[in-house]
Amino acid sequence: MKTYLGMPTAPAGVGALRGSLSFPDAAKPALANAQLRRNLGHATRTIRAKRAAVVGEVPDWEELRLAGQAIKKATMARLDEHLERLEREVTARGGQVHWALDANAANRIVTEIVLASGATEVVKVKSMATQEIGLNEALESAGVTAVETDLAELIVQLGHDRPSHILVPAIHRNRSEIKEIFQREMHDAPADLTDDPRRLAMAARAHLRRRFLAARVAVSGANFAVAETGTLVVLESEGNGRMCLTLPETLITVMGIEKIVPTWDDLGVFMQLLPRSSTGERMNPYTSMWTGVTPGDGPREFHLVLLDNGRTAALADEVGREALHCIRCSACLNVCPVYERTGGHAYGSVYPGPIGAVLSPQLTGVAANASLPYASSLCGACFDACPVRIDIPSLLVHLRSRVVEERRLPSPESIAMAAASWLMASPRRFAGASRAARVGRLLSRRGRISTLPPPLSAWTATRDAPVPPPETFREWWRRTDGGRDGS
Amino acid sequence: MVLDVRVALFVTCLVDALFPDVGKATTKLLRRLGHEVVFPANQTCCGQMHINTGYQADALPLIRHHSRVFDPYDAIVAPSGSCAGSVRHQHAAVATRAGRPGLASRAESIASRTYELSEFLVDVLGVDDVGAHYPHRVTYHPTCHSLRLLRVGDKPLRLLRNVRGIDLVELPDADQCCGFGGTFAVKNADTSTAMLADKMRNVLSTRAEAVCAGDSSCLMHIGGGLSRLRTGTRTVHLAEILASVE
Repeated sequence: MKTYLGMPTAPAGVGALRGSLSFPDAAKPALANAQLRRNLGHATRTIRAKRAAVVGEVPDWEELRLAGQAIKKATMARLDEHLERLEREVTARGGQVHWALDANAANRIVTEIVLASGATEVVKVKSMATQEIGLNEALESAGVTAVETDLAELIVQLGHDRPSHILVPAIHRNRSEIKEIFQREMHDAPADLTDDPRRLAMAARAHLRRRFLAARVAVSGANFAVAETGTLVVLESEGNGRMCLTLPETLITVMGIEKIVPTWDDLGVFMQLLPRSSTGERMNPYTSMWTGVTPGDGPREFHLVLLDNGRTAALADEVGREALHCIRCSACLNVCPVYERTGGHAYGSVYPGPIGAVLSPQLTGVAANASLPYASSLCGACFDACPVRIDIPSLLVHLRSRVVEERRLPSPESIAMAAASWLMASPRRFAGASRAARVGRLLSRRGRISTLPPPLSAWTATRDAPVPPPETFREWWRRTDGGRDGS
Repeated sequence: MVLDVRVALFVTCLVDALFPDVGKATTKLLRRLGHEVVFPANQTCCGQMHINTGYQADALPLIRHHSRVFDPYDAIVAPSGSCAGSVRHQHAAVATRAGRPGLASRAESIASRTYELSEFLVDVLGVDDVGAHYPHRVTYHPTCHSLRLLRVGDKPLRLLRNVRGIDLVELPDADQCCGFGGTFAVKNADTSTAMLADKMRNVLSTRAEAVCAGDSSCLMHIGGGLSRLRTGTRTVHLAEILASVE
């Protein structure tokens, strides 16, 4: 089966692209949680500083960003050809390629491969694509246990929690919380465990080592796939990924179709952009690359699942498709003032932060995530941080238009906006409205307005409103001839 | 230094209706520097609120109107990074998306002639000392759109550093958004307020009498919070400081 432009969006009822609450409602618990605000503020500030330092030492950083942007744009324009090339190369080197229309198809493909192998447990490399499709839950319902082996994903899994960051899924937890989770949920945790980061890491290491040695099947995602040789690439910090990719007999990689790069030269650009943007390191500790299967070395079976799940639907939007350029570095999360206050759970999707606000609504269809494009003050920090120059603020504005245009029925807001447009399209009506606003002076108490009716009550709940002046600027200009009469 | 420019003041709807002193200060400043200031009286609003809330169809008549009103002028100056940013970065794109190439090309032409105040002073007029006097302790908040949409860089600070008598103190985490974001402040009021709380904490840590910025909208937000908490710290627009003399 092949993908084509404008395939259906990601189905509801499976995976983790939709929250049950709108962003403003989902953000409330996080905003009221002082511990969480401190954890997030500290963590994002630390990563921001690390990133700024290592980006600052690259003299051609802006040229690299431009190159990354250009490669992504060119690749998306011929995505179908690159994917078919990838399929041919992977197959020629002993791998098997599966095309998954959506989350349900991908989960079914992976589950069938695991069941056919006879394994009841799989080890997992940290992967956004498998989080997106809810693979762990699908495997569980087929009687297969999925073990997350990335330290932070393990913390999330043991805590019966959801990831709140693309790169640092447990960013919302501090070390004393992690110690409690390990003591409660990790049956082989040492009795004298403390919240010392080294002790915590060693406990997880011992716990995971047993799983690696027993595992017969591993599931991974991919950071990149090089079409010209059919090579898959995973970048990581801990080495757990390397264990998963080399020890088991069967390796299954689930990859969003947009992760493809045509050539090794193209990959070189992203290998420079990703670690500095992501962990704030010059180079990540472990980069694993594999091409098909190699007799006597590593997995004997390799399956590549190419996932659409709304991606070609996004590709059909000439403006919005830029979101598919994302390399999941999460630099935009770390610089986002909204993300820093609310954390990732408020976005209701595995893709939080600014990129999530433009990616999730396109994967699901904007109606299913209509509040996300509004979860931004359009401050623009995300664009400056993005290693492939995705113009996230412009994409947010574009998606807001799609939300409004796809809404059929008029709302109080749409009526107010139409009225404001009518008023402001005419200088006479606008001047009249400004004069009428002067009745607002009656609401003033000691030079400030502290209560306004809805929807402006949302403003005055925490902020005073300005008192309309006795004379507007245009009235002053007319009365004084622009101040030339000396007044 | 460039002399005798005829400047069309794009005062912005917010300044016109709520903060007329900012428009008066801009007029006074440009005139003091030897330039003719005209106020195209038919101007209304650039439509940024509509565009950024998703109502591009409702923004279109405003863009058309703005383009008609300002087309005759060579230099269009706004005391706002945000409104100048909308004209420069959004108008043509909205017109194009609506299938209006004629309007898009006129909007592009107007965009090339539209400046935020500090850009106009430093880049076009070649002035970074406007001869102002302002004997107060002030901290400066660079607004997001002036910083990251227009890239005004340190131009406002260069102008402020040359003001006589000013005690200019650095604002910690200055480049962080204050949380205004137009309708964001109402639609996501809790998040907006959380951002504002941190901005106010930084402003108050400077012990400044006033926080200065180049956008009345952001100042309305920061000022609304400072006033609600009875901090005594005022807001002042960049134009008002630059227009002050001894």
